[in-house]
Amino acid sequence: MTIVYDDLGDEATEQVPTRRIAFTINGRKKIAEVEPRLLLAHLIRRGLGLTGTHMGCDTTNCGACTVLVDGRPVKSCTMLAVQVDGRAVATVESLAGPSELHPLQEGFRAEHGLQCGFCTPGMMMAASALLAENPSPTEDEVRWALSGNLCRCTGYQNIVKSVLWAAEKLRSASAG
Amino acid sequence: MYPSRFRYEAPRSLDEAVALLAGAGDDAKVLAGGQSLIPLMKLRFAAPGLLVDINNIPGLDYHREDADGTLRIGALARHADLERSDILRARQPTMAQASAVIADPIVRNRGTLVGSLCHADPQGDWASVVTALGGQVVARGPGGQRTIPMTDFVLGPFQNALGPAEVAVEAVIPAPRGARSGGYLKLERRVGDFATVGVAVAIETTGEMVTRAGIALTGVGGATINAAQAASALVGKPLTGQTIARAADLAAQEARPRTDHRGSAEYKRHMVRTFVVRILARSQGGDTGERAA
Repeated sequence: MTIVYDDLGDEATEQVPTRRIAFTINGRKKIAEVEPRLLLAHLIRRGLGLTGTHMGCDTTNCGACTVLVDGRPVKSCTMLAVQVDGRAVATVESLAGPSELHPLQEGFRAEHGLQCGFCTPGMMMAASALLAENPSPTEDEVRWALSGNLCRCTGYQNIVKSVLWAAEKLRSASAG
Repeated sequence: MYPSRFRYEAPRSLDEAVALLAGAGDDAKVLAGGQSLIPLMKLRFAAPGLLVDINNIPGLDYHREDADGTLRIGALARHADLERSDILRARQPTMAQASAVIADPIVRNRGTLVGSLCHADPQGDWASVVTALGGQVVARGPGGQRTIPMTDFVLGPFQNALGPAEVAVEAVIPAPRGARSGGYLKLERRVGDFATVGVAVAIETTGEMVTRAGIALTGVGGATINAAQAASALVGKPLTGQTIARAADLAAQEARPRTDHRGSAEYKRHMVRTFVVRILARSQGGDTGERAA
């Protein structure tokens, strides 16, 4: 892919040193030339055009930008793009194809787990990591796993129900 | 928000990291978990010319116990590793409790204990925990390795004792000489907020007698507070309602809280007292944390 950085006007952009990184995004291998200060969230949204990852607070609080790096949820506004060199990144787009829904997405629909939807991708990525590690979480464990993700609409009740719904669905799918 | 421009290096060995730092004067920062440093850089409160990312150095993500019971935590052990640790759950009640209340679960996947110590935020939880446990930081520099007691490591708000070319490679918690108990209690407005008040208590007992005590306070002063008077009031005595109340009063006196949006100074001082009593009352009940294992 092409070089990705913002021209902030404080230096001639052609003099900006970049680094070549190789990583996978949602299972696909990519190579990028990035300026070291580029944030992972910006690489994902602007460089790769994957706008499912949302930038909310930009201060490590809200968790809207949560993605998985080597399977663990991280806030992509608080990691440098250069740091995913050699690593595997998964965004909300990895959950299901455009014409299908992942059980988590179904759960959020069934249980009315979103209103404005801005926090939802981060919620789902945090939840997907939880369910990968613990397929039968209790309500408390769901609340624990989502406690780094803020939602200003729902009051969280339905988000928790959505994740429990998805856990149930995934369990019955793997049993059946 | 973007950080200022910086040069980025990701060395594969500690020697290489030290050499890079030595070549940069005091214009370099070490990047471990980045959960404090990257936000600071985005806000331009920090603008290092060189960032030395140690995440690709193998062999630093451990935490382990030596045969004699000394606990060692490597520079890349994440908070989440410690939260899931059987060693901590079984034998380090103060650390086990703290590990679950650092920031939020997602931040805990990246942030490191050693990085938190280096950041020396007066509201950082680990500095209090390691202070209460009488811990040390091992630093590697151009002249070799040295061990710095935690009480000498934090010099002030966001200031640590590392030289410009030194990397903190490990935190060390000495082996207990008696039965260990204690805990960490944190008052926060919501998950992920900085501590309004945090209290770390670590005691060792032989029979009924307290043989060693450490009490340290988070968020109630310009730096981590080592409540040494409160701790020494416990040593050589059994835990009773009276000795606990005395230690709690002393800890409250040693706190230097300021009134801010998280609460009044009086309220914070009161919470220091309350938390010391709560943790020690649990210890008095014989809770060594082992039941949680």
